Amino acid sequence: MDEIRVQREDFDAGREIARLRAGNPRIGAIASFIGVVRDVNDGDTVAELCLEHYPGMTEKALAKIVEEARGRWDFIDTLVIHRIGTMRPTDQIVLVVVTSAHRGEAFAACEFLMDYLKTRAPFWKKESTPEGERWVEARSSDDAAAARWTERA
Amino acid sequence: MTVLYFARLRQSLGLAIERIDLPAEAASVGALRERLRGRGGAWTEELAPDRAICVAVNQEMAEPGLALHDGDEVAFFPPVTGG
Repeated sequence: MDEIRVQREDFDAGREIARLRAGNPRIGAIASFIGVVRDVNDGDTVAELCLEHYPGMTEKALAKIVEEARGRWDFIDTLVIHRIGTMRPTDQIVLVVVTSAHRGEAFAACEFLMDYLKTRAPFWKKESTPEGERWVEARSSDDAAAARWTERA
Repeated sequence: MTVLYFARLRQSLGLAIERIDLPAEAASVGALRERLRGRGGAWTEELAPDRAICVAVNQEMAEPGLALHDGDEVAFFPPVTGG
């Protein structure tokens, strides 16, 4: 099963994973990633992070990324939760979970989903720093991370 | 046609959504961007050809050559920074 949620509320990774794998003896591996708000970005202190998205397109873009992963690896479930709204350092932003029979598929698909989410899903971050608010600029290292999967294909 | 602006673009253009009657000469993504750029001020600056701006048509990423049709939902936004 594939599940995508865009929400303001925080999430509990333990509870989500327990729910995903409940009663499924085919699952032999679970890989997960949690993205968290840092207190420093590009050398400046970050007091708050505001996450904006494009309702409608976000869900479609994430579904497309999951579909693309399904074409590459044989896994069982995916769960993507991305938060929007105002967050502070140490707050969780994003959760990606992949379940599969063996670890290789789960690890690879989880990393792929995050790399593609970072470069293709319409989310934008605005930071509050001592110098005021600023929109976070896209990083070329994120493009490079996503491009690796094209080269491997 | 509905045109949406997100994130830094929405803020600097001071506009989140507008309706535009599609003129024949702006019937592609690139032509619409050019037309909007002609509005001057922040429009000219933000939509300049050297600015990395993404365009989605009907909620799918689109290239400049894509044809536009009446009723399309077009969105302009900076490169994404989620995750």
